[in-house]
Amino acid sequence: MTEDRQSAPNPGDVVLLVGTMKGAFVLTSDADRREWRTDGPFFRGETVYSLAFDQRGGRNRILAGTQSWHWGSVVRTSDDFGATWTSPERQNVKFPEDSGLALANIWQIRPGPASEPDLVYCGVEPAALFQSRDAGDTWSAVDGLLKHEHRPRWQPGGGGLCLHTIVLDAAEPRRMGVAISTAGFYRTDDGGQSWQPRNHGVRAEFLPDKHPEFGQCVHKVVNHPSRPERLYLQNHWGLYRSDDWGDTWHDIANGVPSDFGFAIEVHPHEPDTVYIIPLESDQFRIVPEAKLRVYRTRDAGETWHPLTEGLPQEGAYETVLRDGLCTDGHRRAGIYFGTRGGKLFGSADAGDTWDEISATLPPIVCVKAGVVGGAA
Amino acid sequence: MTQPRDGAIVVELPSMLQPYAAGRAEIRLGSPCRTVGDALAAVASLHGGVTDRVMDERGIVRQHVNVFVDGENIRFVAGLETPVDPGSTIVIVPAVSGG
Repeated sequence: MTEDRQSAPNPGDVVLLVGTMKGAFVLTSDADRREWRTDGPFFRGETVYSLAFDQRGGRNRILAGTQSWHWGSVVRTSDDFGATWTSPERQNVKFPEDSGLALANIWQIRPGPASEPDLVYCGVEPAALFQSRDAGDTWSAVDGLLKHEHRPRWQPGGGGLCLHTIVLDAAEPRRMGVAISTAGFYRTDDGGQSWQPRNHGVRAEFLPDKHPEFGQCVHKVVNHPSRPERLYLQNHWGLYRSDDWGDTWHDIANGVPSDFGFAIEVHPHEPDTVYIIPLESDQFRIVPEAKLRVYRTRDAGETWHPLTEGLPQEGAYETVLRDGLCTDGHRRAGIYFGTRGGKLFGSADAGDTWDEISATLPPIVCVKAGVVGGAA
Repeated sequence: MTQPRDGAIVVELPSMLQPYAAGRAEIRLGSPCRTVGDALAAVASLHGGVTDRVMDERGIVRQHVNVFVDGENIRFVAGLETPVDPGSTIVIVPAVSGG
């Protein structure tokens, strides 16, 4: 399916990055988001748990965390929408020798603040945060978290002991949060030197102490640049909101069919509009009643409404993973999600109606979107 | 698997690792090596991109990579302490695994 790209996307076009168990795909569309061009698979046979589209510093850079079953993981980059990729000679995300740790997977890549266009973060398994100061070529571990006193007591979740989520504060670059399965949510206010657990109010159903300081199985955390102190959290059982950067959390699972799930995403321009895709129990992990429904709140979690127009409402035995749901930057927001069944869905009207973009991809583990040149 | 006459240890690479060895299918080690670990250290000094993919940052051979010395899998001998002799052939292959 790979072919030479005849022309680069234009400003206003949408780039949709899809990471699968068998490689990565790059889809592009104009602002209508009805017709998609698919390039890939890139990194055939490798699992791509993390992708990011970074437009800072005058670049249109795609970053990919690729994992070979045999040969390990690296971060690769492309500045031409996937036509060519770097192939790092050396393993570029590497634990320091004295840590005794070895990289298993790269779960998350997150461009840093706009003020530092060469700063990029990545979250890995075993749980650690790395940063790059050259836009993704070379990486070093963030010591404050690597040497955290809690590390010996962190336990792996079903996917391993992974740092899968990085949340930034657009107004305060020295403040950020990370989510680790199953250590919970940690925050730094000093640029990564010190980290404190911020899990007050989040239940850990699987522990004798249901409200420990840390050890919660957090699945995903999101916030909005215009209101960074308000966080939304999808837990392994539990849907929560914090209005104080994680100091306290309270339940917002008001009427959803299950408070279990992985994916959660916030609207690009409405900080009170959030999307989730609930799953039935932690045993079955299929959308409830085999109906593929995205739930949307427009009042910060006080009420939720199912979005179903264009989505299969019977016999849909689908699962959506934690990075399988995303939005683009258009004013009339595009929402996208991919399933473990290899189906990719998109909405060009903030979730009101949906189209099946593809039904035949490999199992999808992450979907990320961006608008070339910024939102139109 | 014929033994080189010059006594060099030969490390044979699978096609996927050859780009990290300037396209070579094999690396000939002129310096003396006592063990597989010595040989891989010598490879690392020449082509670190190869050994990064064979071993993790702790120096442990990755779970789904097999290393053979003269036909014997080092997992069933002495791991990286498996001895090598002048003329030995070390073969690196991806294990029969995957998803």
